[in-house]
Amino acid sequence: MSFGNIIRALAGPVLAFASAAVFGQGNQVNMAKGVTEVGAEIYDLHMLILWICVVIGVGVFSVMFYSIIYHRKSRGHEPAQFHESTKVEIAWTVVPFLILIGMAVPATSTLLEAYNTDDAEIDILVTGYQWKWKYEYLDENGENVSFFSNLSTPQSEIYNSQTKGENYLLEVDEPVVIPVDTKVRFLLTANDVIHSWWVPEIAVKKDAIPGFINEAWTKVPEQGIYRGQCTELCGAYHGFMPVEVHAVSREEYDAWLAAKRADKVAQAAAASQALSLDELMAKGEAVYNAQCMACHGMNGEGGVGKAIAGSPVALGDIGRHLDVGIKGVAGTAMQAFGGQMSDVDMAAVITYQRNAFGNNTGDIVQPSDVVNHKKG
Amino acid sequence: MGDHHHGPAKGLSRWLFTTNHKDIGTMYLWFSFAMFILGGAFAMIIRAELFQPGMQLVEPGFFNQMTTLHGLVMVFGAIMPSFVGLANWMIPMMIGAPDMALPRMNNWSFWILPPGFLMLASTLFMEGGAPAFGWTFYAPLSTTYAAPSVTFFIFAIHILGVSSIMGSINIIATVMNMRAPGMTYMKMPLFVWTWLITAFLLVAVMPVLAGAVTMMLMDIHFGTSFFSAAGGGDPVLFQHIFWFFGHPEVYIIILPAFGVVSQIIPAFSRKPLFGYASMVYATAAIAFLSFIVWAHHMYTVGMPVAGELFFMYATMLIAVPTGVKVFNWISTMWRGALSFETPMLFCIGFLVLFTIGGFTGLMLSIAPADFQYHDTYFVVAHFHYVMVAGAVFSMTAAVYYWLPKWSGRMYNENMGKIHFWVSFIGFNITFFPQHFVGLAGMPRRIPDYALQFADFNMMSSIGAFIYGASQILFLYNVIATIVSGKRVTDDRVWDGAEGLEWTVATPAPYHTFEVPPAIDPTPAHG
Ligand code: HEC
Ligand code: HEM
Ligand SMILES: [Cu+2]
Ligand SMILES: [Cu+2]
Repeated sequence: MSFGNIIRALAGPVLAFASAAVFGQGNQVNMAKGVTEVGAEIYDLHMLILWICVVIGVGVFSVMFYSIIYHRKSRGHEPAQFHESTKVEIAWTVVPFLILIGMAVPATSTLLEAYNTDDAEIDILVTGYQWKWKYEYLDENGENVSFFSNLSTPQSEIYNSQTKGENYLLEVDEPVVIPVDTKVRFLLTANDVIHSWWVPEIAVKKDAIPGFINEAWTKVPEQGIYRGQCTELCGAYHGFMPVEVHAVSREEYDAWLAAKRADKVAQAAAASQALSLDELMAKGEAVYNAQCMACHGMNGEGGVGKAIAGSPVALGDIGRHLDVGIKGVAGTAMQAFGGQMSDVDMAAVITYQRNAFGNNTGDIVQPSDVVNHKKG
Repeated sequence: MGDHHHGPAKGLSRWLFTTNHKDIGTMYLWFSFAMFILGGAFAMIIRAELFQPGMQLVEPGFFNQMTTLHGLVMVFGAIMPSFVGLANWMIPMMIGAPDMALPRMNNWSFWILPPGFLMLASTLFMEGGAPAFGWTFYAPLSTTYAAPSVTFFIFAIHILGVSSIMGSINIIATVMNMRAPGMTYMKMPLFVWTWLITAFLLVAVMPVLAGAVTMMLMDIHFGTSFFSAAGGGDPVLFQHIFWFFGHPEVYIIILPAFGVVSQIIPAFSRKPLFGYASMVYATAAIAFLSFIVWAHHMYTVGMPVAGELFFMYATMLIAVPTGVKVFNWISTMWRGALSFETPMLFCIGFLVLFTIGGFTGLMLSIAPADFQYHDTYFVVAHFHYVMVAGAVFSMTAAVYYWLPKWSGRMYNENMGKIHFWVSFIGFNITFFPQHFVGLAGMPRRIPDYALQFADFNMMSSIGAFIYGASQILFLYNVIATIVSGKRVTDDRVWDGAEGLEWTVATPAPYHTFEVPPAIDPTPAHG
């Protein structure tokens, strides 16, 4: 990077900040106002305390700088020798205390509101996995709909071989969909380590902890796409498990849910059909890139996980390969993917691993093989 | 007593076997500076990776190792030992004692530190890499899901803990038993007071930390399930135990810094500290409150609302004694005769920036607002304002202030001032924008980020390189002073300096106060 670029790099943010401070645009410098009622309350609380701090700060720093300017030895100022004054000391203990009470009152009411998860119309179970989210729409009749939501930003953008898109690192393959004007309750838990589910604009941040079920809620008044991220360090790819919420009209939501249900049925049916090698490879590549690449590498060269290129498992017995894919390898980062994807996807990704990266086994694994393998 | 007037031994054995508080203090100070450079190097790697969006230099897993080691090395290797070093040098000289109460233990508490950190640093070269679970090492990421090197991390923490506990016992024993006749508690310099209270905090919470890592060890190797939900354990329990140590820990870091600032500001204001007694009480109040606020780090774990409210109110209360401190320092400056030598500049820098950190602390204490701040860069900005501009600035001020007494030579004032201004500006370029990206939604501990955070991150990285480079100037200035600085002849060094340490010869002889000094019986501070 040349000197000129560095100057520009420095000047850019300074100008951006100055303009943002003056016009309130450009780089975001403040908390998202949020679209929900609780979000707006939190924002107001934040601004209230910020301004109280600014006012106190200006007062305190003015006294200090007055002293720095006028009470200098170099100006010949003679030091006074006063010290201790019970009156002043009581004042600067009691006044801050009263200000704190003034802050505690609105803080308490906002907190109680944020904690009130009663009367939710929809319950969504959110489970954190290393490094993706699973959403399960709980249904009274047991017809739950569930799916995984993975980062959809391609590795080529992350590793700078392709221009980064607008929603770089904040986009997923399958967003969580909720209807507007409806109280939605999130039940949060995790499968492995602690994660934290955060969407700034709907003001929900709650830890997802293995063995616990936490609750949070929202009621979104405006249709739109709201993006967030995991905010609890959860391992190597903690920075790569975003949240994407689509708030849609009630009708759209119902249609979406119905389509998801139909999908589930279709998938079960698809599991009994045979697919061609080309079909499996195309599907398998997509699944691999979304689910396996983070650990096994863009070219199957390995990373957190072992190399797939030339892997004795991928080149060896199909049953063993299915075993690893479906049940994982206990005690390692290699999870049991059997419960995390459809049988079609599993068949596709196993086929892909056996034929990509120079593993030209020519083997085809059909969805029915996966079904049979699971039966044992 | 006559044959006790000997100088230091020659060669390496002087340092290996020394029981002299000044030698041990010196070793602590150099060791902590070395750790500061090491932790700083990790920080430079972090900031270089975050210079632009996208992965450029390191892999995400290694990035996490860097953030983890940076935090651990700075907290346990740089800041804490530096203040122990300062305590070793100054406490005996401030209370008129010939040495620390337990000199042999003193030697031990220092000498187990280097092996402890060697063990921690060696994890970088182990299979699976160094610890990558953050300096807060939340389970189960640090147990079931950790690299095998975690066991070495656990032992390293044990060693550092033992060293800290021995160091604090020594300080408590020294302050309680070794004061010169007439040096009553309420005559002790504030630095001694703040360290006495800090030492009690350390003795209280380091064993808790030791308990936490031992439970981890059991979970990892001996089949227990303290923190594993699958075995009936509780991952949140880990956080309660950690923060029961962790919050007092942040005051362990800042109280001695308060002490330093309370020595230096009166000296360069040529005016006594405004409210000595209220400063002592405020320190004690902060120490007490620090035990009942720990769960403000856990507002999002899903505590019952009553717990949430309790911890919020208790945390807000800390602002009161903290405010008392700031008001006191400013009243001390008010109508003094101020001059701005480097130690004073760093103290004023401390005052401004620590106050900003206190304000963000107050904002973070508001539980519902913290739902938005928690685990974002806003928190990173907060704690760097209190830990770097608080603890590190005050430590730097202390070195400039007492270095002439230690070495008998004066540092280069111009270079000191340049060091201050470059540090001050570099620090703010680094950390002020982090408030913005945090509020705008950037989580902490991520190796790559969304595009809207790019400008401020680049700014932050540039600031970090500036701040980092300015420390080289500091190192140079200190070495140049020791080797060839102008000799100081005046025992008092600074015309406004008060305290027994300024009554001994300059440079301070190897043994001081073998005969207790006479203490003025009139109340010193009031
Ligand atoms: C979280 C990281 C991670 C992800 C994601 C991941 N794996 Fe793995 N995988 C591993 C690790 C670690 C191993 C090595 C386990 C061991 O020590 O035997 C492994 C091993 C394997 C192996 C055996 C390789 C060998 O030579 O032993 C196969 C096959 C495999 N994974 C398939 C997959 C498939 C298919 C996916 C995607 C659906 C996937 N993995 C996703 C971490 C991961
Ligand atoms: C007015 C006094 C202070 C208050 C009210 C305060 C409050 C808080 C709160 C509520 C948090 C948790 C934020 C979050 O994770 O969401 C926090 C974090 C932190 N504070 Fe403070 N704080 C104060 C002073 C200090 C001081 C003096 C220090 C140390 C010198 C300090 C060091 C830290 C650190 C290290 C963290 C982050 C820990 C981590 O998660 O890694 N704070 N503070
Ligand atoms: Cu995470
Ligand atoms: Cu705290």
